[in-house]
Amino acid sequence: MAADPLIRVTSLRKTFGKHRVLESLDLDVHEGEALAVLGANGAGKTTLLKILATLVRPTRGTAMVAGYDCAKDPERVRRHVGLVAHGTYVYEDLTALENLTFWTTLAGLRTSPAALVGALASVELERFAGERVRTFSAGMKRRLSLARFVLARPRVLLLDEPFAGLDQRAKKWLEEHLASFKSSGGAIVMATHSFGRELAVADRIAILAGGVVALDTPRGALSAEDVQRLYALHTEDAS
Amino acid sequence: MWKDLLVEHRSKETLNALFFFALLLLFVFQFTLGPDRERLAGALPGLLWLGFILSGLLGLGRAFVVERENDCWEALLLAPGDKSAIYVGKLAGNLLLMFIVEAMLLVLFGVFFNLDLVPALPALVVVIGLGTVGFAAIGTLFAAMTTQVRARELLFPVLLLPVQVPVLLATVQATEAVLLGEPLGAVAHWLKLLAAADVVYVAVGVLTFDFVLEG
Repeated sequence: MAADPLIRVTSLRKTFGKHRVLESLDLDVHEGEALAVLGANGAGKTTLLKILATLVRPTRGTAMVAGYDCAKDPERVRRHVGLVAHGTYVYEDLTALENLTFWTTLAGLRTSPAALVGALASVELERFAGERVRTFSAGMKRRLSLARFVLARPRVLLLDEPFAGLDQRAKKWLEEHLASFKSSGGAIVMATHSFGRELAVADRIAILAGGVVALDTPRGALSAEDVQRLYALHTEDAS
Repeated sequence: MWKDLLVEHRSKETLNALFFFALLLLFVFQFTLGPDRERLAGALPGLLWLGFILSGLLGLGRAFVVERENDCWEALLLAPGDKSAIYVGKLAGNLLLMFIVEAMLLVLFGVFFNLDLVPALPALVVVIGLGTVGFAAIGTLFAAMTTQVRARELLFPVLLLPVQVPVLLATVQATEAVLLGEPLGAVAHWLKLLAAADVVYVAVGVLTFDFVLEG
């Protein structure tokens, strides 16, 4: 019998006023699995991530992470989830090292200075540990944001356009990091518009359209062109 | 608190702005009152607290601005654990900032109006300390409440000032008595009111901050 999924979304509905973003969404993501969520602008990709991260409450239906209900038990869910959204969650007037120190303290992690530097080294920012984030490029800020999860080790990573703003080297690092995260049993959900590197990491592809999962398929041997064709078939961008 | 102080130490955005604001305020008071010592003596406690409150409104209103940059607010929300620690940290940072501004204002008042505040200083420190805790406690909570609202600059003082009436009443009355040379014992009833307000406001802040943060 298959193990329970790490993420289970059932009949999920989200409306903002009269605007219906998610209608009746069902999704499972298992340990060691990466799901790429594709969809047009406004399809509900970010909303789905925010519901799973406990930032937004669903209107109806349930979203479970590691067996806990995102709406009813957000504190427990937060212990298992790492979110990298459009904001990088870094303070511009603190150094890279100070940012990491702040977040580990806030998360209640006991981390040695060596571990903090190690986390920065893993995102190739150790040379900039004492530099203020204000001087960083967008890609460096994103890498710093990801360094938090090297220390926190969540079971679920929720990523919104994770490769956006990264240079080729950082993209390669992220690919490797996500592959290693998966192999250690973590689950990944990433929202994307891209048909590039994100898809190489993904084991499954889900296309959101009209508030539901229009297609949920293993990536298998699908090429980027195949995915583009399927995307066009299932979304309003078909034209 | 460490993070907020470090950010402020490096950017000096709030402290510099508050210093010049306090300076301008004193110029306005000086022009309005002129050299008449009697008028000044009657108006001084009110003016002092007007200065504290106006600069406090500016300072507290910016308390959570740093959290809006790069969506750090979301990350605070996502941090597991007791959110009241965030409130206590913010309150401590705000208190320190307000005390610095108040000390500057006191010195500037002395210089501008040629006043000798030193004899009344120990009692004044007690009154100002108690009044500031009450003001900052509820101010920090309301700053968090309004930080994600579009009309926050307007809403923040509109929400805060009515709630501050007991604190303002007690502080102005106690300050007036202390400046006239009365001992603290003579204003014990006002100090008790201030202490009670402080306890209630801090408790409300600690207990409700989680709900405020969750929206």
